[in-house]
Amino acid sequence: MKETLISLREVTKTYGSGQAAFQALKGVSFDIAEGEFVAVMGPSGSGKSTVMNILGCLDVPTSGEYLFLGEHVELLNRDERALLRRHCLGFVFQGFNLLARTTALENVELPLLYRGLPLAERHAQAKAALALVGLTGWEHHTPAELSGGQQQRVAIARAIVTRPALLLADEPTGNLDSERSAEIMQLLTGLNQEHGITVLMVTHEPDMAAYASRTLRFVDGLIGHDTAYVGAD
Amino acid sequence: MLWNALLLALREIRRNLMRASLTVLGIIIGVAAVITMVTLGNGATALITAQVASLGSNLVIVRPGQRMSPGQPAGWAPAFKEEDMQAILEAVHAVREVAGIAQRGSTVAWMTESTFTPIVGSTPSYLEVGNWKIAEGRFFNDSEQRAGRALCVLGDTVKKALFSGSSPIGEKIRTRGVSCEVIGVLAPKGQSAMGQDQDDIVLMPLKAYQRRIAGRRSRQDVGTLLLSVRDGLSTERVVRDVSALMRERRGIAPNENDNFSVFDTRQISDALSSTTRVLTALLGAVAAVSLLVGGIGIMNIMLVSVTERTREIGTRLAIGALEREVLLQFLVEAVALSAFGGLVGIALALVASFGLTSAMGLPFVLDFQIMLLAFAVSAGIGVLFGFVPARRAARLDPIEALRHE
Repeated sequence: MKETLISLREVTKTYGSGQAAFQALKGVSFDIAEGEFVAVMGPSGSGKSTVMNILGCLDVPTSGEYLFLGEHVELLNRDERALLRRHCLGFVFQGFNLLARTTALENVELPLLYRGLPLAERHAQAKAALALVGLTGWEHHTPAELSGGQQQRVAIARAIVTRPALLLADEPTGNLDSERSAEIMQLLTGLNQEHGITVLMVTHEPDMAAYASRTLRFVDGLIGHDTAYVGAD
Repeated sequence: MLWNALLLALREIRRNLMRASLTVLGIIIGVAAVITMVTLGNGATALITAQVASLGSNLVIVRPGQRMSPGQPAGWAPAFKEEDMQAILEAVHAVREVAGIAQRGSTVAWMTESTFTPIVGSTPSYLEVGNWKIAEGRFFNDSEQRAGRALCVLGDTVKKALFSGSSPIGEKIRTRGVSCEVIGVLAPKGQSAMGQDQDDIVLMPLKAYQRRIAGRRSRQDVGTLLLSVRDGLSTERVVRDVSALMRERRGIAPNENDNFSVFDTRQISDALSSTTRVLTALLGAVAAVSLLVGGIGIMNIMLVSVTERTREIGTRLAIGALEREVLLQFLVEAVALSAFGGLVGIALALVASFGLTSAMGLPFVLDFQIMLLAFAVSAGIGVLFGFVPARRAARLDPIEALRHE
């Protein structure tokens, strides 16, 4: 039995107040176990970005509980959530968000810098992470010298260099053509299967969601469909 | 954490070297201006002090009349008599020598050359009291002075004006219808603290001056008394004693003000250096304004940088940077920029003030305190003007920042 990594209980999120209030999440509950590869799908405005922000500890639920490895995230303050992100989470964004005019190696080192690792260790771990995403030999290239697919690989290396408990990917293939997208998805699948990294990916492309072992479909702030329960039937 | 912030900040500066150099230009100019101004001011003060010292450090000056102070008319005061000199020598033991001088401007001529210069009648003791050296020939002696012989000793400027290259010794110069034999030339002294050419002078025995040069009315008068004080004795004490003596000799009632003034060279040098110090402070303050402008420049660029790097800040926050780490990074960036500007400014100031002081003929006086202060202020400006942008960066909402275009 795999341990439960994430547990959401009746989570709601409301933006604004009074008449302008908009409820983005209307009471969402689900668990994610270690080692899962979950795709989150749904039309825009369905709440998938909101749930992503809450899972990424960038935002807090209006009500409900969010347990990350048994810890109540909704009770943490801003700094405590930052430390949780630093030590347990990795982010991959649609727009890569690499530091410009900074080499791939330095970009990958960045999370280690915040962890306060000494230089030699930073270099070794960053190089290993770049090797894992197939970018050995590209360490000293800046983002401008890399293709989109390579930039996303650097971003993935940056996300996994800290060996996070959870890798959050927000439309990781949104800016890539289908060939690069497939490469990135294979990379993520490989990291999930061979290295046991739990992956949660937001996407609106069914082709990409097909790589995942489980799909959560959001509709109007609620979970419309969860393939985990289909499998359990 | 500080080390980390420094590392991040230096990486950032390296990434934008061009912009960083333009940003620090304001600080560089500000720091350089402050230090240069203060160095020039210090040089001027040192020059004045040196010039006053060239009068002789143990000199006490006695003049008729009060030095003018606000709301007090100068008024007329009787001159001194030759007997006053003797009286001072006898009554005030600390006084080694007394020289009396009287002067008026006049044209002096030799052959076809002529020049307008102060003619100073004085006693032989003036050579020593006035801190003069003889460059050529000799000075007149006591018997020549008493006999009132028409002898004169030329200042360097007068010698150059009348005799260009040749030796003036033994030649006769004319002034106010008097023919006067040149017996010596004074070694040059240069400019006085007031900017006068001290070498523009013709000295002659006081008796001769009184008889032939001064007008009828002031025949017996001595304009100024110069006293040299014995080594190691206090000039202040002499100033007090001579004041008391002169009040008595001039018959001044206890409730009346002095109609003469007595002061030592230290008082002159204090008065002059306090003036230059005020000017130095003023110039420094004006220059400090440019330092402030430099600081605002840094704030401006840091604000632009925060806006421009919003997504990057969002990424850092998502990766797990704490609010205070982002704050520190931007703050250290601003301080590193301004401190670097301060260092370059100091280097520039050294070059500039060395060049300017040598061009203006001022001594090059280095003030490490002001350099340290300017550096500290420039770093402080980094903190002051870096804080607002840094706080803005640290307080960004990571979600909003990541979405920023």
